[in-house]
Formats: sequence, C-alpha cells, structure tokens
Amino acid sequence: MKWPAIGYLRASSLDGLWAAMAEHGAAAQIMAGGQTLLATLAFRLSEPSLLLDITHIPELRGITVAGNTLRIGALTRHVELGRDALVRAHAPLLSEAVPLIAHPAIRNRGTIGGSLAYADPAAELPACIVALDAVVVAVSAGGERRIPARDFFTDLLQTALVPGEIIAAVEIPLLERVTAIQEIARRSGDYAMAGLAAALRIEAGRVVCPRLVYFGVGNGPVLAARAAAALEGAALDAASIAAAQAALAEDLDPQQDLHGPPEMKRHLARVLTARVLGGFLPTRELAA
Amino acid sequence: MIAISLNVNGERVNRSVEPRRHLIDFLRIDLGLTGSHAGCEHGVCGACTVRVDGEIVRGCLVLAASLDGAEVVTIEGISDSGEVADLQANFVARNAAQCGFCTPGMIMTAADLLAHGGSPTRAEIREHLSGNYCRCTGYQAIIDAVEDTFRTRDATGGSAAAPGLQSSGAGR
Repeated sequence: MKWPAIGYLRASSLDGLWAAMAEHGAAAQIMAGGQTLLATLAFRLSEPSLLLDITHIPELRGITVAGNTLRIGALTRHVELGRDALVRAHAPLLSEAVPLIAHPAIRNRGTIGGSLAYADPAAELPACIVALDAVVVAVSAGGERRIPARDFFTDLLQTALVPGEIIAAVEIPLLERVTAIQEIARRSGDYAMAGLAAALRIEAGRVVCPRLVYFGVGNGPVLAARAAAALEGAALDAASIAAAQAALAEDLDPQQDLHGPPEMKRHLARVLTARVLGGFLPTRELAA
Repeated sequence: MIAISLNVNGERVNRSVEPRRHLIDFLRIDLGLTGSHAGCEHGVCGACTVRVDGEIVRGCLVLAASLDGAEVVTIEGISDSGEVADLQANFVARNAAQCGFCTPGMIMTAADLLAHGGSPTRAEIREHLSGNYCRCTGYQAIIDAVEDTFRTRDATGGSAAAPGLQSSGAGR
C-alpha cells in the first residue's frame, strides 16, 4: 500500500545528523539506501514520523586500507562493494557475496551499513563480516565505539547499537585465509533458505581458525563452534568435512519458517558445508 | 512539502512533493509520465524500474523528496532517444510483450545490461532480469529478444538502430 504520512530530512554532515536526532528523538528513523526500510513502510511494519536521510554524509563514505585493516564506509552500496578493487584484493568474500544480494536495481541503492543495521537473519553481509572477524564501527554524538561483529547481532533483527548510534564503517583485519560463500534460495535474488559464509587458513595441510557462519537458519548469523572444533587441526578431507557436518547438529537450532521445517534447514546446512569446504580442497577427489 | 529540483528525461523539473510520494507516483501522477508502472509497490516485481543518475533503481523504493539534484530517465526518455529502438523492435518480433505491464521495466533492465556491453550468455541475461517479474510470457521470448539485440549489436558494432519488425531468425 502507499506509504504513511511521514516527514523527511536530509542530513549533510554528522553534526547535522546529531542535531536532528536530538530534536526529533525516537520518532526519527535513520534511512540509508532505503531498500528494506521503504518496503516495511509499505507493509506498515514500521511507521516512523520522520525519515532522516544519511546518504549525503561524506564521513560515512569511502573504502580504504590503513595498516592491517580494510575500512568500508557504511554508505558503500552493494554495487560499489562488488566492483571495488581493494575489497576484491583484501576481502573477496564480500565481492563474492554481492551477486547473491537481491537484484541489480536493489544493489544500486542498498548499503552495507543498512544491511548490517537491519540484521536480517537470512542476509549475506552480516554472516560475511562475522566470518571475517570484522569490527563494526558505531558512531554517536559522543564519539566512536568498536563492536566485534560476533557480538553485534544480538537477536532477530536486533543489534548492539544503542539509541543515538549509527554504523560508520566496518573494519576487516587483513589476514591470509581462504573464504567462500554459498547459499540456497528458491529464486535468484531471494533471501536464502540457508547459506554459509566460511573463512579458514590451511597451514602445513591442517585447518587453522575455521569460521563457519550460517545464515537463514537462526535469529542471526550463526557461528558454528562445534563444527569449527571438528575441523581445527585436521587435514581438510572427506572425513573432516563429514565430522563438521555431524557437529552441526549441536550448533544449529533452526526454527520452522516459510521455507520448511527445522530438519530441512539442517539438511541444507550440511549440503552447504560439503559444497563450501569441498571447494577449498586443492584437487577434487574423484570417484574411481 | 519538500521542494526538489531535478532533471527528468533531459528537462528541468521543479516541484514540491510530500515525503510519502515515491518516485513512481511522482512520475506518473505529478509529471504525467505513465510509461513506468506501479506494480507491487514494495520492491519485488520490477515494473517500476527507472534510471537515477545513470543506474537502474526500483522507483517504488525511492522517495521523490530525496532526489533533489538527481537525473532521472524513464522508459519515455530511452524510447525517445532511440537508445533501445532495436530492443523494442525485437520485443515485438519475438512477442516478448503480452499484457505489457512488465514491459517498460523489462526494457529498462535489459537496457542496463546492454549499456554494460559484452556478450552475456542466456544465463547471464536471465540473472540480470531476475528481479523483473512477467506473469504472461514465461520469459523465454523476453530472453530471446534481449539475446537477439546483443547479437545484432555485436555484428553491427553496437548500433541501436531498429532492425525493422521482420522475424529475427530461427528460434531455438
């Protein structure tokens, strides 16, 4: 249906934003690309009295490498994330995730900050930043605060941001690792029925620091601790992949949703585990 | 009301808009540009696809009030410029428009792919159009029309001149 009656204000600097937030308080809703928010208005899932447009705030833009960190500004649109050379060089997991996000027209507007702040449990970017052990940089009138990605997503559509805070950027540590993301969706561009973003190192033939983050199977991105324990220190082969799949039974507690029952989600997670980890094998093991 | 000044299909437009006005209602109701269609109005169907600052967007997921200074191009704009004359002729030749409701959005999205050049496969064409729903054609004819346009442009060095309405060759 048509959007409800609403106010609109464009902030052109962080100082201007803080002033507007102080004046309008909880009635104001921060808007970045608007690709989720404006759809929720049409459904009356949200009815803020004022939209505060942050897309013209220069402090929230830009992709840079400083020291051992890749910093991605919150207003980076998915299309920009997908074609950025620094991202491709230092966080190819994100480059690989972009084509999985919705459709071209949506990717031209939607932002990484908006996706993380909305915290949809089936979205790709929240899972990716947990897999990359990134840090979310929150900013408020009081200054910046750094929140580890694994602590950022607190519950269904909930984050560690407090009132008055917005996301300024995401910082990704530059580490040697292999990464991959795969998902299973009913149609191209749909939110995933289940997905997996993974990062790990292989040293002397052994898996080191595996991070398997499942999405679409819980209230947020799920970092699978037991599956990681099953892989840590093992050679990556059919046996260790099977052990990780078996360990998932303890890691995941999916709820029934539109797509199907918990057991189907568990099955999809096991399938994705084999596909993603199998993709890290130097040569495919072929049946004789 | 929010005062905005923007460029629509090459013409300067100054208006005051309610913040609740999305871009498609602004184009259709305020400017009378009814070629862009309002379908689902929550970002799913793609019937409202238009260009903002050179990139396709969902017109139903953009506030008109946020477009001060923007450059908007609609199906009327790319039709009048001739940019998609060949694509439109191929839609006719392949019967890729049936009820026609999705067609302006399909043309805008296909034009975006064509503007990027290259020689996409059918699968890549499908992927680019995957956010545009058609409830009539079953998509095959639409993919055919887009594929024909790429093939013809490859052969003629990128010209968008309309090939006429004759059948454009063997099917598959």
